[in-house]
Amino acid sequence: MSWKKALIPLASVPLIILLAYGFRTDPKAIPSPLLRQPAPGFRVAVYDGDELSLERLKGKPVVLNFWASWCYPACYEEAPLLESTWRQYKDQGLVMVGVDIQDKEANAREFMRRFSFTFPNGPDPGSKISIDYGVYGVPETFFIDREGRIIYKHVGALAPELMEAQVQALLKGK
Amino acid sequence: MWSCIGRVGAAASGSGHRGRWWPAGSRLCLALVIAGIVLAAPRPSWAAAGTAAPDLEDRVREVASELRCVVCRNLSVADSPSDLAKEMRNLVRELLQQGKTREEVQAYFVSRYGEFVLLAPPKRGFNLLVWGLPFVALAVGACALYFVAKRWTVQREQAGPSVNQAYAERVRRELQERDGSSGS
Repeated sequence: MSWKKALIPLASVPLIILLAYGFRTDPKAIPSPLLRQPAPGFRVAVYDGDELSLERLKGKPVVLNFWASWCYPACYEEAPLLESTWRQYKDQGLVMVGVDIQDKEANAREFMRRFSFTFPNGPDPGSKISIDYGVYGVPETFFIDREGRIIYKHVGALAPELMEAQVQALLKGK
Repeated sequence: MWSCIGRVGAAASGSGHRGRWWPAGSRLCLALVIAGIVLAAPRPSWAAAGTAAPDLEDRVREVASELRCVVCRNLSVADSPSDLAKEMRNLVRELLQQGKTREEVQAYFVSRYGEFVLLAPPKRGFNLLVWGLPFVALAVGACALYFVAKRWTVQREQAGPSVNQAYAERVRRELQERDGSSGS
């Protein structure tokens, strides 16, 4: 085979590599630049009247969940898991914070009542916290270690196994 | 208010005795009328929306048009009607009002969403491929076209006339015969 004839299959090699790379990656996945970075500070005026800030939670592992009552079914699927995880691990120092985005307060309160939320939840006026965390949909969950760094971000409803693994990693300070 | 308007009208058509026709009371009425007109006039959309001056709005639009609406498909933050894009526009406005430059505002959004948030990838590093590859492909295509066209031309010249020689000879002979017969 002359070099000219070999040129055509050779030229297709980069194209095949590009296609192989494209097919192996999730086009919907957007890597967060916040991973392994200090979590942006936030203040949430929680629905029960208190104000919560990340500054105040320093030294504690935090699970920060973004949700909305209109986010169906994903937020409805993971809501019981958030509450049960909070109840299971709160005595070990785990903090769970819910940020309700672009929602009506009445609907948000109904959502919290429906799933018997006891962990602090508050609205995000102006979506400032959401944008600061690079949120582009709900639900999204950030796992923040005791040093205040984001160690994991999950987009979509959390599965029990994944939640357990990430909470254990947070508590062990990995 | 209506009585004030009447008196201002009278003053405007008066005889020029300014001191008489523009008394202190009339001046107050005139001021009230102007204030009323200004307040009653339709406010520009940026003022009604509680946003900033047009110049700032232009800058907001300029910056927002370079940012991707992260919940849409191929829409900029400037063009998207989504709630999140609206909040992002508000944040752009707030950052610009704080004195941040266009680059600083972009850098903030990139630090939160990654380069994905930019509608046009920055012209550096691996991204240069995206910007340069179309021109490289165009140049390669043009070269290929040139060489192929040149080869076709050379082949055609080497091949000579494409008409069957025997057939051409027969046509020539028959034409000669016909000319000969018509001449006699």
